Amino acid sequence: MSKIPAYFGFWHRFGAWLLQVSSWLVLLFLILPILVIVPLSFNVEPFFSFTEGMLTLQPEAYSLRWYREIFNDPKWLLAIQNSFLIGILATVIATALGTCAAVGLARDDMPQRRFITALLLSPMIVPLIITAAGMFFFYSNLGLAGSYLGVILAHAALGTPFVIITVTATLTGFDYSLARAALNLGATPLRVFFDIIMPLIRPGVISGALFAFITSFDEVVVILFMAGPQQRTIPRQMFSGLREQINPSILAIATLLILVSIALLVTIELLRRRAERLRSAED
Amino acid sequence: MAEQAGDKPFLQFTNVKKTYDHRTLVVKNFNLDVAKGEFITLLGPSGSGKTTCLMMLAGFEDVTSGEILINGRSVTSIAPYARNIGMVFQQYALFPHMTIRENLAYPLKIRKKPKAEIRAKVDEYLALVELQAFGGRYPGQLSGGQRQRVALARALIFAPDIVLMDEPLGALDKKLREQMQFEIKRLHDQLGFTVIYVTHDQTEALTMSDRIAVFNNGIVQQCAPPHVLYERPANLFVADFIGESNKLKGVIASVGDDRVSVRLDDGAQVSTLKANCTEVGLPTTVSIRPEKLTFTDRLGSAGNQVKARYITRHYVGEYIRYHFETSDGTELVVKNMNDSSAPQFSANDEAVLAWLPQDSQALDRPDASATS
Repeated sequence: MSKIPAYFGFWHRFGAWLLQVSSWLVLLFLILPILVIVPLSFNVEPFFSFTEGMLTLQPEAYSLRWYREIFNDPKWLLAIQNSFLIGILATVIATALGTCAAVGLARDDMPQRRFITALLLSPMIVPLIITAAGMFFFYSNLGLAGSYLGVILAHAALGTPFVIITVTATLTGFDYSLARAALNLGATPLRVFFDIIMPLIRPGVISGALFAFITSFDEVVVILFMAGPQQRTIPRQMFSGLREQINPSILAIATLLILVSIALLVTIELLRRRAERLRSAED
Repeated sequence: MAEQAGDKPFLQFTNVKKTYDHRTLVVKNFNLDVAKGEFITLLGPSGSGKTTCLMMLAGFEDVTSGEILINGRSVTSIAPYARNIGMVFQQYALFPHMTIRENLAYPLKIRKKPKAEIRAKVDEYLALVELQAFGGRYPGQLSGGQRQRVALARALIFAPDIVLMDEPLGALDKKLREQMQFEIKRLHDQLGFTVIYVTHDQTEALTMSDRIAVFNNGIVQQCAPPHVLYERPANLFVADFIGESNKLKGVIASVGDDRVSVRLDDGAQVSTLKANCTEVGLPTTVSIRPEKLTFTDRLGSAGNQVKARYITRHYVGEYIRYHFETSDGTELVVKNMNDSSAPQFSANDEAVLAWLPQDSQALDRPDASATS
């Protein structure tokens, strides 16, 4: 919390106080709907609301029942497996493509740089429903709709812009005399990439990959269009769960997803700090 | 230094031209022969084309026309990584994610040398630049001077034919720079590699080089050993760029074998060495180094004389700078050793300044130098 300067008068102080209160309210507004899910997922009853027992913190009002339910339901197990399979493969493709694109786009002699960047980032900007519909018709013609390959490629396309953005960010201010030095010492351009450029942009590549993974992991619109029953992911399963068998197992899986997201965000933050440390050590 | 096989120079630039925009030539017509083991400096103001020449030799820039030959073989179609030329970059360009040892080992690793040999070589070169204790550190943990020594060792460790240095000491403070100049010279004498050194610092060029090529506007104005460059500059640009010059304007009055006689604009007639201005009636500039210009009582009647009015003096320490002005407003500077003979003047005193004919040259006027 920032200190209030001594020269502030009463209204000034009141204003500063108001700002802090409203800031906290906004934060609560953002986080509460997510936090409320967590205790509800331990509800012993099949309800979406707090029971009397939960509110008075009686141990028997809580259970891991819905978590057990998830891990005993083949539908959920398939969805979990699908989410990780599709997410990881899409991430690998998006990371490779996005890194190559960012390295190329960072070159001074790249023609039409702005246009190509805009084109590559468009999946982030175009409304997802439009992208999804377009992909559905396009992939259907190729016979890829309702297949793992189709879903993976679609998610890779959605994840690539994130990789391009994070890698481009680490490449700004990249000292290209390092690449020249390596060439001069006898390294072929391919070796320069793997020995010099890659280790230095790794934080950007990894955080891009994590964003790409989260994108695929959370994604439901494209899945609704593209995935057959075999490719149902966790969000897709939750979506049908909301309509068909409404019970707190959805809340349990949501809590697990929150944990995964927090873990990934913490990883990104740690990487960012490490990159900052490395950079400051240079000068 | 090693003798050449036949009369082929070791490194040769012939009619090298470079343009970036297909309109203006950055390097207009570069010719230079370098012997093996020579220390050549490309000296010039920024934007004069010297770094471009270095980049073309390293392979980072294409040659627009002309040839660069090493041992008689053209390198213009060889990729930079296959040229076997070492380079020390201005900002060191050490790999920040590798330790000092890994940085030094990198060129050897690429050349697939055996592990034991790499270890021995790295030890040897760490000792050479006196950084034995720092092998395990990262470049970010070293001082500027230490990083520069690592960069130097890395450029030398794979025994390249030629070592290029692009203003390698530009980022260091004065003391460290002098120390590193000495260090580079020591390694050059010890290992005998060929150096192409780029700088805009003339003292650095004078103290280190076997020969200096002075660049201006993409043209080599003069390429000569330091003492020739200083004592017999080929034109006014070189005289001005290297050291300091007093410039007296006049017209050539008569031409002899190795002397010319010049009528100065204030009427005095003086005799000087013949240089690039050799026709009677041509406007000329007589150039005299401040330490060669002295007071008339020191030379007697042997020298040229010119009247001037005392303005002020600057006490530098080991010498004193006296500032004078001639009747037509030309400023003259006399550098006098700070000894008991250093004269005292008061403002607007008239004095007669003198110099020996062999200590001055009749050079072109700035307006005439455009065609040189």
